[in-house]
Amino acid sequence: MDEKKTISPELKARLQAEFEKIWRKELRKSVPVKERMKIGRRHMPEREARERNKDFREVNLGLSPEEAVEEARRCLDCVNPQCVTGCPVSIDIPTFIKLIEKGQFLDSVMKIKETNTLPAICGRVCPQEAQCEAACNLKKATGVSVGIGNLERFASDYERLNGRVRIPGIGSPTGRKAAVIGAGPAGLTVAADLRKKGHEVTVFEALHEGGGVLVYGIPEFRLPKAILKAEIDFLKELGVEFRMNFVVGKTATLDDLRREGYEAFFIGTGAGLPNFMKIPGENLVGVYSANEYLTRVNLMRAYDFPRYDTPVFLGRRAAVIGGGNVAMDSVRTAKRLGAERSIIIYRRSRAEMPARTEEIKHAEEEGIEFHFLTVPTRYIGDEKGRVRAMECLRMELGEPDASGRRRPVPVPGSEFVTDVDLVVVAIGQSPNPLIPQTTSGLKIGKWGNIEVDETTMATSLPGVYSGGDIVRGGATVILAMGDGRTAAADMDRFLKAAPAGPKKS
Amino acid sequence: MARVVRRTRLVPNIHLLEVHAPEVARSCRPGQFVIVMPDARGERIPLTIADWDPGKGTVTAVVMVVGTSTHKLSVLDGGDEIAVFTGPLGLPSDIRNLGTVLLAGGCFGIAAITPIARALKEKGNRVLVLIDAKADYLLYWEDRLAESSDAVFVSSRDARFPPSEYIPAKVKEILETEKVDLIHAVGCTYLMFRVGEASRPFGVKTMVSLNPIMVDGTGMCGACRVTVDGKTKFACVDGPDFDAHLVDWKELFARRTSYMDDEGRSLCRWEDETCG
Repeated sequence: MDEKKTISPELKARLQAEFEKIWRKELRKSVPVKERMKIGRRHMPEREARERNKDFREVNLGLSPEEAVEEARRCLDCVNPQCVTGCPVSIDIPTFIKLIEKGQFLDSVMKIKETNTLPAICGRVCPQEAQCEAACNLKKATGVSVGIGNLERFASDYERLNGRVRIPGIGSPTGRKAAVIGAGPAGLTVAADLRKKGHEVTVFEALHEGGGVLVYGIPEFRLPKAILKAEIDFLKELGVEFRMNFVVGKTATLDDLRREGYEAFFIGTGAGLPNFMKIPGENLVGVYSANEYLTRVNLMRAYDFPRYDTPVFLGRRAAVIGGGNVAMDSVRTAKRLGAERSIIIYRRSRAEMPARTEEIKHAEEEGIEFHFLTVPTRYIGDEKGRVRAMECLRMELGEPDASGRRRPVPVPGSEFVTDVDLVVVAIGQSPNPLIPQTTSGLKIGKWGNIEVDETTMATSLPGVYSGGDIVRGGATVILAMGDGRTAAADMDRFLKAAPAGPKKS
Repeated sequence: MARVVRRTRLVPNIHLLEVHAPEVARSCRPGQFVIVMPDARGERIPLTIADWDPGKGTVTAVVMVVGTSTHKLSVLDGGDEIAVFTGPLGLPSDIRNLGTVLLAGGCFGIAAITPIARALKEKGNRVLVLIDAKADYLLYWEDRLAESSDAVFVSSRDARFPPSEYIPAKVKEILETEKVDLIHAVGCTYLMFRVGEASRPFGVKTMVSLNPIMVDGTGMCGACRVTVDGKTKFACVDGPDFDAHLVDWKELFARRTSYMDDEGRSLCRWEDETCG
């Protein structure tokens, strides 16, 4: 599914109404466009690379209020803002930025929260350079976009750090019950949206902490757990119920939940099935899936072993296979856990890497080595079955493939062996099979993904919706949240249209 | 959080942990397991389900004391809380009328085969039970297993049970005298491996309930991968039962023991902290 590229009439009207407000007109006039275009982009302050690559504290420090106002002043407040076309959850970007310029930081974050439940998270993990900032008109004019992501982060951090989180109004109770399966970005978005409409919402989560990939996957140095916790606490204050350690499909099936009175369902169970390359030696001790490696370190706090009970291998020479954000998170984690050499092995070239630009930059600064156009062909173990080396093959770029990227083709005879004692395979995930296996009548695609109507995120079963990686097979936090918003809108319609009283099945 | 109803010591290093978990109790099937994490700093570990009672809303897991998390579980009392008790996970054992089934169990596996024996007996199978206990004081539940089986055999190195033998010798002896349609072994990895090797020459299909290291237990991490018939399987979602004759045992042994040094360090630290 492609990201939405056009502005809906509803969004256009919403943007226009704000654009014409008097304060906006006055603010636009207060600084000439020419002056605005002269202001340079405020760089995100960050911790020094040689210091930060030894611990798990956050790398980015955030803009100060003065820096944020200055950055907001760069925004030209265009008649036809293109930035919004790049946002999967249709945030009114110009308005929230102009509110920052006016110094109304709390109003700014409320504006963002009208359509985005988790701004402190999106401000940190969204690939802005490929979304809102890619479409920014200032970028077209000067080459450098407004720092939209940094401003989003600023506004939401300001609200949280000042203890000023406001609970929005909740619609009058409808008495209808919705079950959200999986407390990841898609599920949390659905939960918030449905709760605000007055429905009773329960989130069922298999793990002992909420957040999905935000808690088990994305490391503390990129997304501190305190921020995630604040976002989940916010949902609890809204009145969303969380049932942790509950594996839908095992503890109870979706049909069991229907009998408990839940009428609408959102399946957001993610791409929780790691892919391997099916090459010899992949099950040697010391070869991890990225999911396992990151789960041990993040969710189970193995970086603090033995204070926490869960161990993780500390490689001296760590190789991470892949070029996405998960690969960057893994390789930077290995470095922080003391690896002398922490290496990315990627089969294409730098230009094709799907990771966020900032993550690649941070990784380079922290001393990560990059081996492009290289693939592992087998892992070699010692007498105890532990990985000690890997054999790789060099590639060169051939014709473009279905994704439009040039396909890597092997260079014959280019095999070489290099010593490694830790390998993390970060080549993507497949949809988790637990719910597809245990929900009869749910239409499943050929990759094990749940099939949906893209306009509503409805599945083949009435009242059952789905979104995020279980549908997409491995995308981004913000696309999952976009799916959640779309689904919640139709779930609201479904719940309000359904006859009252629990259905008998 | 889940509340402990009762913790009892079965034999010196094996405990039963009865936990109030009504939703888990409602869904349990023989052969499934739970993921348990004793406290907020604990490790997530898989434990076999030994019994459950949907009426009381309780599930009883069997714990063999090995590392820090199992030590923590072994000192709990009724009323205590544990951070995670999730399940039931894994595919249930295949319970059908197959004819004669030999169930082999050792250490925690003795408790684990009990619900399987009961279910197989209910399906009309002739159920033979073989328990391995190195010493007299490691033997338990002969009486319970006798109730749901047609015969109970014991292999032991204790003078009370001559001749001194390990489980494969007894498997061989039984297969030489009985027509067995299926063997199902549960216990430590070495016991399951040896039962499989003993039955291989007889060509009797042998299932084993593998217990590799797990983290989430829902297919998300792949820690529990095992090679079966040349293909990588995840024990948590594709198992835990697999055909013993197709399992890559060497790989499983290596993966099972991969954190031995860390486990020692962790346990020493915990003992220092709790015992002063």
